[in-house]
Amino acid sequence: MSSSHNENYLNTPKGIWSWLTTVDHKRIGIMYLVSVIIAFALGGLFALLLRLELWAPGQQFFTAKEYNQLFTLHGAVMVFLFIIPSIPATLGNFLLPIMIGAKDVAFPKLNLASFYIYVFGAIFCLASIFLGAVDTGWTFYTPYSTSTDTSVVTMTLGAFILGFSSILTGVNFIVTIHKMRAPGMGWFKMPLFLWSLYATAVIQVLATPVLGITLFLLILETTIGVGIFNPAIGGDPVLFQHFFWFYSHPAVYIMILPAMGVMSELVATFCKREVFGYKFVAYSSIAIAIIAFLVWGHHLFVSGQSDYAAMIFSLLTFLVGIPSAIKVFNWITTMYQGSIELKTPFLYFLAFIFLFSIGGFTGIMLAALSLDVYFHDTYFVVAHFHYVMMGGTVIAFLGGLHYWWPKMVGKMYNEFWAKIAAALIFVGFNMVFFTQFLLGSQGMPRRYYNYLDQFQPLHAFSTMGTWVLGLGFIVVFVYLVRSLVSGEKAPDNPWGALTLEWKTSSPPPVHNFEEIPAITGGPYDFGKEEKNG
Amino acid sequence: MKTEQLVGHGWFPAAATDAASGPDSLFYFILIGSIIIFAGILYALIHFLIKYKRKSPNQLASGQLVHQPLLEISWTVIPFILVTIVFFWGYKDFLKMSIPPVDSMEVRVTGKKWLWQIDYPRYGVKTVGELVVPVNQPVKLVMSSEDVIHSFFIPNMRVKRDVIPNRYTRLWFEANRTGTFQVFCTEYCGDGHSQMLATLRVVSQEEFKDWLKAGSSGGDLPLPELGAKVYTKYACNTCHSLDGATSVGPTWKGLYGSNRPLTSGSAKADDNYLRESIVNPKAKIVAGYAPVMPAFAGLLSDREIDGVIEFIKAQK
Repeated sequence: MSSSHNENYLNTPKGIWSWLTTVDHKRIGIMYLVSVIIAFALGGLFALLLRLELWAPGQQFFTAKEYNQLFTLHGAVMVFLFIIPSIPATLGNFLLPIMIGAKDVAFPKLNLASFYIYVFGAIFCLASIFLGAVDTGWTFYTPYSTSTDTSVVTMTLGAFILGFSSILTGVNFIVTIHKMRAPGMGWFKMPLFLWSLYATAVIQVLATPVLGITLFLLILETTIGVGIFNPAIGGDPVLFQHFFWFYSHPAVYIMILPAMGVMSELVATFCKREVFGYKFVAYSSIAIAIIAFLVWGHHLFVSGQSDYAAMIFSLLTFLVGIPSAIKVFNWITTMYQGSIELKTPFLYFLAFIFLFSIGGFTGIMLAALSLDVYFHDTYFVVAHFHYVMMGGTVIAFLGGLHYWWPKMVGKMYNEFWAKIAAALIFVGFNMVFFTQFLLGSQGMPRRYYNYLDQFQPLHAFSTMGTWVLGLGFIVVFVYLVRSLVSGEKAPDNPWGALTLEWKTSSPPPVHNFEEIPAITGGPYDFGKEEKNG
Repeated sequence: MKTEQLVGHGWFPAAATDAASGPDSLFYFILIGSIIIFAGILYALIHFLIKYKRKSPNQLASGQLVHQPLLEISWTVIPFILVTIVFFWGYKDFLKMSIPPVDSMEVRVTGKKWLWQIDYPRYGVKTVGELVVPVNQPVKLVMSSEDVIHSFFIPNMRVKRDVIPNRYTRLWFEANRTGTFQVFCTEYCGDGHSQMLATLRVVSQEEFKDWLKAGSSGGDLPLPELGAKVYTKYACNTCHSLDGATSVGPTWKGLYGSNRPLTSGSAKADDNYLRESIVNPKAKIVAGYAPVMPAFAGLLSDREIDGVIEFIKAQK
């Protein structure tokens, strides 16, 4: 189709306008990538500042109110603007059509609309920072959120709008996977990354409207005084928590399922192995997506919900843990008899197993009712969800970004610096957050501006960890940007992987493939390669 | 009163109740199980990394094992059994925590930004920020909030419960030793959240009776000293500095006799102004501050209010 080999989606057509009006899933993926990196930098900056304040008890740099605004913005920006769109909207958008041998998603214009809705929502969230930044915590618990004088309405309106972006992306992905698979691409010939994106999309479509409704009710209450959550006007504050977590717990799986998908791709490619228990790994994504809807009450064990409700939620929480554990065992067993190459993406795979396992074990502790009573709202919980969200999702995002970077931009990054950065991030992360397990165990409550003197050494150590972690991210940023300018040209298939995105050029042509690929084998048929070769 | 440090001989702060043994031993059970499994995971990772490291660029995998039924069944069934044990263990102790014994002494707790008001209805005694209970006596706290959601957390007792407006929640514990322990607010409630602390003082039965008799009147302390005591005990120090520093509320330094610019008009800070600002703080708001102070009407005795005013006078 293309006359010159140098023509690809990045340079054809040219011009900024062609990017802003593109309906190419790859370009939209790149635009999302730039957006979420900006969001991550912003959320990370808030984190560095709030950890600086916690260097010692009492006032260091900020007032109590400023500190409260910092941790709220850190949470809200990281959750709504970064982590939810991180893997699905960037890597997912870029890869999903290519991986099934399609030219684009089912609704390319809708895909572009999702992106602009995201930008529109993000503007509201960012505007709220200048209109009296929210100080409610990212959870917006009532009646605090309906009584504070900060810009709760602007921020929640932003999250409300972002929800639509998430829903539309989900719909697009579901339809694309159902309808756009190339001839021969059966469900069980799909890469596991797509199974996880599919499960994620189902949650996005079903759960996000509930968040939208909840935030809308909150806005109604704040602006025109309809009594829904505020007891002073006849509402019930705990109702808000139920509504909020009915979305936000499944949202945790919107964040982690795509990460699990990335793990499956990494382990297969860098071990040259078929994924152990492919069908189990595929179905467990769906199982997790379903059970994820039934565990929200584990955020309310001490909120005064009935003891029987607590019992059921505790039991279901344990059940949702099991498929995740089995996936970890499957990935590790995939390494057995493999041909393991320790490239940077695989380092992130190993880091994920390490950190996500710790997140899982501490999750078991928190799911146990009597222990959650103690740990609830302490630093133990903060540490736990950072091990899952950051140790899991962010690490997998980095792994995926390094893995697909040559495909996306057509350039190789510096492997040496990439390994140094991975090590810095791993060490820094554990310095910041393992410390917080210890703090929480000693009873240190979360969201505390000031604290007892005895906690100071651990807090200071945690703060030092953020510098190591931050340095690691800066190094990643620098060598990735450098690779764009002076990186070695990437081959079409630098890692020797078998999924379809590696069968096209790096970077891919505008319509992904010169000709529709014939699908013969499965995504991880490394064994057949052996026989043929 | 200095509270006990929140460090223990084990993982948690030293327990001050027999009920801690349930959750504590459950924690150690999970911890040891996790360490064993985690060690297994790390062993497998390292072992595979060394044994199956790619030695030549185009080396293929030596095998493509994708199923091993015995392995798969065991790593499904064993975790299932383990979490079932953990579930029942956690639920059993949780039920014990939620059902107070019938002979519990009832104490009312009211949370408001940003202090804890403690009420002994049977004895007509009230305190702020200090819960005094006798040792070896089950105590039931009936709690509610006057504004946003708070949460009452006593680490040494392993108990925590949210404190919610327009609804009562309860929490109970039985101390097995005397001492002074830390109480935290653990549901985020705004600027003063991390200052919304209280102490739990566990005393002998005799001491408790004496303490009730003395009430919370402050006895016959000189007024400024009584005021100083109230200043810390009722957590005035959360929002009002003595050194001129700006906080949630105006500083008390040089307050007495000064001219106060209000949101509408101004007023002179004389005795009557101060009294009104204590019992009904929303009546006059100093410009630049939010109307967030709780009313102390009925909380402080007249003598305590006099004490606070004298104490403010002394902050020149």
